[in-house]
Amino acid sequence: MAGELPFEMPLLEMRKKIAELNQFGEEKGIDFSDEIARLEERYRVLEDEIYSNISPSQKMHLARHHGRPTSMDLMSLIFTDFIELHGDRLFGDDLAVVGGIAKLNGTPVTVIGQQRGKDTKENILRFFGSAHPEGFRKSLRLMKQAEKFGRPVITFVDTKGAYPGNTAEERGQSEAIARNLYEMSQLAVPVICVIIGEGGSGGALAMAVGNRVLMLEHAIYSAISPNGAASILWKDASKAEQAAEAMRITAADLLEMEVIEEIVPEPRGGAHRDYEETAAAIKDALWRHLQELSGMDCAELKEDRYLKFRKIGVFAEAEAELISAEAEVQIVD
Amino acid sequence: MFKDLFQKKRKYATIPSERVERTGGSAEGERPKREIPEGLMSKCSKCGTIQYSKELEKNLKVCPSCGYHMRLNASERIAMTLDPEGFIEFDSEMASVDPLQFPGYASKLEQQQSKTGQVEAVITGQGTINGHPVIVAVMNFEFFTGSMGSVVGEKITRAVEEATEKRLPLLIFSTSGGARMQESILSLMQMAKTSAALARFGEVGGLYISVITDPTTGGVSASFASLGDIIIAEPGAVFGFAGRIVIEQTIRQKLPDDFQTAEFNLQHGQLDLVVHRKEMRATLAKLLDLHDVKGGF
Repeated sequence: MAGELPFEMPLLEMRKKIAELNQFGEEKGIDFSDEIARLEERYRVLEDEIYSNISPSQKMHLARHHGRPTSMDLMSLIFTDFIELHGDRLFGDDLAVVGGIAKLNGTPVTVIGQQRGKDTKENILRFFGSAHPEGFRKSLRLMKQAEKFGRPVITFVDTKGAYPGNTAEERGQSEAIARNLYEMSQLAVPVICVIIGEGGSGGALAMAVGNRVLMLEHAIYSAISPNGAASILWKDASKAEQAAEAMRITAADLLEMEVIEEIVPEPRGGAHRDYEETAAAIKDALWRHLQELSGMDCAELKEDRYLKFRKIGVFAEAEAELISAEAEVQIVD
Repeated sequence: MFKDLFQKKRKYATIPSERVERTGGSAEGERPKREIPEGLMSKCSKCGTIQYSKELEKNLKVCPSCGYHMRLNASERIAMTLDPEGFIEFDSEMASVDPLQFPGYASKLEQQQSKTGQVEAVITGQGTINGHPVIVAVMNFEFFTGSMGSVVGEKITRAVEEATEKRLPLLIFSTSGGARMQESILSLMQMAKTSAALARFGEVGGLYISVITDPTTGGVSASFASLGDIIIAEPGAVFGFAGRIVIEQTIRQKLPDDFQTAEFNLQHGQLDLVVHRKEMRATLAKLLDLHDVKGGF
């Protein structure tokens, strides 16, 4: 199999050894089946050991794996009848974001995803999945359209961050992100967001204000990329692995902090091993959460989303204040 | 010729001779060192002009020579903006913890607190401007570069909720380097939390005036700072999402000097107004009056 990451090398070597032994036995007419069975048993043990202990920095590499399914790969496997809609009606059509209308198990939904390229040429067209303001504004236009027609919104998040360029700044990158946060919090339809690869900073959050935020098992999500954190902390971007370990960026960490609602399992070894299996797991989770949310009316959906984000944050204050603060939250409407 | 002109100016920085006597205790035979008491003089970090600190204070910390608006801390800003009486601070004791056990965060927090005498990077509360009641939040760049972690997000959100409940206008002075990396995802989520609170405030018709001060970038720029009904900036204030160096590395070009300044943003349609510090209080009072919010909206 191609695209092994460094931490998978012991497995690769063992597979090679088994294959060699097989071939040698066949050539010489010697029966090595006992030996091979023993090796295969050891392989399984090693495989369990390696894949059940994937570290945060190894996940960072999995999330960035060049073969990892993109938003469009997954959309084509999860939805039917997809029709892509283009443009923000203000400036242009940002190819770092794709969106349109499709059906999920027969129900019309609006689907929007951040789209990396598969090769350098496509990556240049799609700005490596880093949106300009027009990308965020396109996604907002499609979300407002969904709201008008009562369609649920499903987003796929996969970006290193918003595009850091002068033209993006001139056209109001900050405003575009902020506006999405503001408007998404008020959408009167169910919003489900899935972090499928790398969830980097404000650019990821701008499409991730959902009633439910799900995350693929090996996806990562953080305020700043591990590389960025390393260059600030240790003035050395190559210490990204070290930063990844400290930053609590994995799906398990975020579930514990109640930032996400569910971890969607990936095939053994990562999503790039089996697109169909990955898509099926996402589809199952999306459908379940959509069923749950479809019982809520508009006001309940907004309230549910507000409270999800309202409660996030860890801080210290005097006991008495804490109680009044909780009371305050309930009064506010 | 012009050089001479500039050199002349430097003569203003002479040191009063009587101060010399105060530097006693020097070793015998040694000439007493001429010392300037701490804080007597200030140097403009933009043009280098040296002036009396007292004069600078009177000028609201705007360099009289080049017009550079020096950074203010939150207390200075509050004193300059609000009516002198009746400011009530909210959540003054709310403090950061180290939720992710991030390397070096706990000690950095302590160091920031002792350096600035502040608990966190924002002060929130209620006061009046020319008698108009307002809920205010003022960020403090000198505390942890005004970065937004759980505490900043929570205090801002509570201030917005207070304004919503009391039907009062909201005024936020922003200045920040962005999300606080040491709280990673929790910091990021404060962007959504504050923006969602503002959306509810907007829904009931609340007036929110956002004032951008130098510098306002990253997660603060891309959340509440950019969501004002009216967005005002101080002259020269840097306001943008990505940092200049990161952009230069991405586009492999040198950016113009005025990139991301208030004037640049005004030109690109990202701001309503650029207002000199001397005019800020009067402008805010006028806006509050125009929204007829003396008795609440």
